[in-house]
Amino acid sequence: MINIKEYRCDFCTACVTVCPPDCIEVREASIEIDNEICIDCDLCIYVCPIEVLSSDEKKL
Amino acid sequence: MKKNYDIVVVGGGPGGSMAALHASKGGASVCLLEKTRDIGYPVRCGEAMGEHAIKQFFPPKSTWIAADIKRSRIVAPNGVAIDIPFKKEQAYVLNRRVFDYDLSLMASKEGASVFTKSYVKSIQKNHDSSYDVHLDFLGEHKVITTKIIIGADGIESRVGRWAGIKTQVNMRDMESCIQYSVGNIEIDANRIDMYVGDNWAPGGYLWVFPKGDGTANIGLGIGAKYNKKKSAKKYLDEFIDKKYPNATIHTTMCGGVPCSKPMSKPISNNIMLVGDAAHFINPITGGGIAAAMKSGMFAGQVASESIIAKDYSELFLNKYINLCKKDFTNRHEKIYKVKETIQKLTDEEMSQMAIKINKLPTHKITLSRVFTTAIMKKPSLIIDVMKMFAGF
Repeated sequence: MINIKEYRCDFCTACVTVCPPDCIEVREASIEIDNEICIDCDLCIYVCPIEVLSSDEKKL
Repeated sequence: MKKNYDIVVVGGGPGGSMAALHASKGGASVCLLEKTRDIGYPVRCGEAMGEHAIKQFFPPKSTWIAADIKRSRIVAPNGVAIDIPFKKEQAYVLNRRVFDYDLSLMASKEGASVFTKSYVKSIQKNHDSSYDVHLDFLGEHKVITTKIIIGADGIESRVGRWAGIKTQVNMRDMESCIQYSVGNIEIDANRIDMYVGDNWAPGGYLWVFPKGDGTANIGLGIGAKYNKKKSAKKYLDEFIDKKYPNATIHTTMCGGVPCSKPMSKPISNNIMLVGDAAHFINPITGGGIAAAMKSGMFAGQVASESIIAKDYSELFLNKYINLCKKDFTNRHEKIYKVKETIQKLTDEEMSQMAIKINKLPTHKITLSRVFTTAIMKKPSLIIDVMKMFAGF
């Protein structure tokens, strides 16, 4: 599961661009990840320029 | 907002506005949908553009231009700076907020209907070869029936995905970018600076683009694979602390730039993608304004022709691809090959190159001269690279 720090997000859609199952939806000022579809590949974490996204494993 | 338009353009950047403008000019009824509340905002761009690149479309208005650029400086990893004056043409740093806004006004003057706060939710093909565009307009669900959809919806192009076009970008080609608009700095108001090397921006470069009156866009793009260890933001903060400690940050913007090959087939029946949505970006500089405008123009023209011909098939729309190829995508393919080569240069090699170049007399430091004289490794390629950096 991907954690989102929404207050940090610039809604730039870099994460959407690399997401293989297309499970991230970014609107003017909102970001949502559909965890039902997410495959935990973490590519969105890799690409985010401003550290909005993190995975659960990192926290443990 | 009407229920039917010949053409729906999704996205109100330069690509979308040019598409709407030229489709309207061709006689079609056109609707331009922008998801945010403002055309031109937020800006996600370094805002630099070559003189010719802009003049091929319009004589530039003074309000579009934040700074006239007469020279560039490339700083090698060892700190050696190469100064390159522009000989034939200059460049500009634009005010994209004003520029984008004006382009959408031009489109509306040609007859296009423009709507903001219009978020396209899905598209649906009908039996009669038309499409329904479902959108959220100020919180209300609306449906527009149309014949052609032009996706100018940026890197994430959902229009492209819905149309079955592969829009995902390989991580290898993805740049993670961040930029601050800063004030309170002392810089040459007519020079753009670019820093290369792993120290500043591994797998990309860092830019300082002046915007007049002690302000600048300072940003960088790093290869996404480097971003996981240390984020683009950390790299940029380090640079600002070191080089411009008194800078004040007035805007923070992020973005992903696909420095990939251009999409080979950014069309399908009834659908065309333009600009970033079609990965029409110079793979080395990451610049995309001109390519977005050009592809938008071509797409608008071809779309209006397809309305007249009543043929919205991929076969008809293929003309759009050919126009783009001749104009810039063939060139972008070549640039991509160059990129693959220069990515192999080490910091040490780049530093040595800079030292050699600076041994030349100042008046001889022109792009082609310098690089043919100084570089032993694939000189022809390096010229191309530097031309791109200097001329966008």
